[in-house]
Amino acid sequence: MQRTLFRSRWLPYLLVFPQMAVTVLFFFWPALKSLQLSVYRVSPFGDSMSFVGFGNFAKLLGDPEYYRSVVNSFLFAGSVTALSVAGALVMAALATQKIRGLSAYRTLLLWPYGIAPAVAGIIFLFIFHPAYGVLPYFLSFITAYEFNWLLKGWVAMSLVVTATSWTHLGYNIAFYVAGLLAIPGAVLEAADVDGAGPLRRFTAIVFPLVSPITFYLVVVNMVFAFFESFGVIDVVTKGGPGDATTIMVYKIYKDGFIGLNLGSSGAQSVILMALVIGLTMLQFKYAEKKVTYR
Amino acid sequence: MSVVGAGQLEQARVRAGAVAAPRKKPFPWQRAIVHALLIACIAVVTFPLYYALVISTQDIQEVVQRPPRLYPSSHLLENYAEAWRKAHMGRMLFNSFVMGVTVAVGKIVISMLSAFAVVYFDFRGRMLCFWMIFVTLMLPVPVRLMSTYEVVGTLGWINTYQGLTIPLMASATATFLFRQFYMTIPNELAEAAQLDGAGPMRFLFQFLLPLSWANIAALFVVLFIFGWNQYLWPILITNTEAMRTVVIGLEELIPRSGTELPTWNLIMAGAMMALLPPVAVIIFMQRWFVKGLVESEK
Repeated sequence: MQRTLFRSRWLPYLLVFPQMAVTVLFFFWPALKSLQLSVYRVSPFGDSMSFVGFGNFAKLLGDPEYYRSVVNSFLFAGSVTALSVAGALVMAALATQKIRGLSAYRTLLLWPYGIAPAVAGIIFLFIFHPAYGVLPYFLSFITAYEFNWLLKGWVAMSLVVTATSWTHLGYNIAFYVAGLLAIPGAVLEAADVDGAGPLRRFTAIVFPLVSPITFYLVVVNMVFAFFESFGVIDVVTKGGPGDATTIMVYKIYKDGFIGLNLGSSGAQSVILMALVIGLTMLQFKYAEKKVTYR
Repeated sequence: MSVVGAGQLEQARVRAGAVAAPRKKPFPWQRAIVHALLIACIAVVTFPLYYALVISTQDIQEVVQRPPRLYPSSHLLENYAEAWRKAHMGRMLFNSFVMGVTVAVGKIVISMLSAFAVVYFDFRGRMLCFWMIFVTLMLPVPVRLMSTYEVVGTLGWINTYQGLTIPLMASATATFLFRQFYMTIPNELAEAAQLDGAGPMRFLFQFLLPLSWANIAALFVVLFIFGWNQYLWPILITNTEAMRTVVIGLEELIPRSGTELPTWNLIMAGAMMALLPPVAVIIFMQRWFVKGLVESEK
């Protein structure tokens, strides 16, 4: 930072105060509290606490239900990421061709980002509805398989994955469109001259050139699917059927608010914290190469 | 002068969508294929919304009929009125609006001030502030769920607007965006302001603020949508009907007991009302929206 142009003993502190107050009160203090809770056992009414060291963690690691929530989280986040990033790349590639009506096309592809995952969940809930939904209706012509998300775990998972990917598509398209427009025309023209067809041009030139964006989007989509998807699960499946769609975030809420097991919920928070720190580091380590900070 | 002209031309071309410039035009049949594929993609992306809209115009017999009726009927007004009444939509939409606007404005103001402090002052603890703001990125609500709830409870902010909004106002991304923007402003501007005898606050409001409107508009669009679409936070902080936001209150329309048949037409009418404001913001402010998304990326 090369510039320091104003002098005041107290003004800068006053200026950063609101941000710092919110940060300390609602981010740091609760995070430390979570760390602390994770090594205690708290009675359901919160009246007594006993130190258990890593007992809460040990218990989680021995708990098959917890493993299932971890597996579910990765399955969910991985599927959402794969679907919405790959879909967005294809759509963005189409929406950056030299044709008429591009801005209308782009608007029509972007808007689902405005829909809250929970609201998207409600819409897809009806599309997947075993008795009235269009999807099971049309599938019934193809197969006798009962496509019922209330009974089949994988159908419920597909439902929440589809709804979440739908809302996130617009975000990814916006980034890919920006990235694709930044590719110099000369590069593509050179390929044209070499006689490369559209598909070859895409795989050999465009795809490698946007790989930094792809990497960034994969990380961001993973974080989003891990941490912002509570709504869709809560509205649609409540973690079920069984615990087929209980992801880690939902389990923290269930164990903490409904089960009142604060110690276990705290330990799960800490594990999740480690995960998000890892993902954020990954994202910034890579972004560092694109953007300079100081 | 000519440089500026070229820049403007380039910008105009970007806006017209005609960038990857001097490439030869694809053949007509290739263009037709691209159009067809794009329309197919849009059909897939738009179908869920179309279907929700169609259902929201039908009466309950039409909703449950087989084969499904995929075109609108004539009950739009009565369904929306009924959903409005049944779920107290007016109040919920108002709450969502307050939340979206307050969170967005709060984040922008707070971030602008702290970015200004970090860029234009040298003070002890500056780097500490910077890192503390950075670390908030790694502490999303779920990792501090129970304890944040406790803090809000201790403050007596459960079921209040300040509880719904203030704890969400720290923003690393907005702070970084303003910081990056201030760094691009030439030093001469601040020197000129000082020669005019302007103090730091006058510099901020009369010099920096007018230059920042594009960033502010872009951030506002993205942050309004962020605030409007919150789910976990309002569910934690509110438990009365009067304080519910529309995204969490829609559940009101879905009966969980087995005895009552869900009125899907009303549920879809509610969903349409919940999603229309943020979607309209994206459609009408698309340029700002894309700028806000892509540039607030770290």
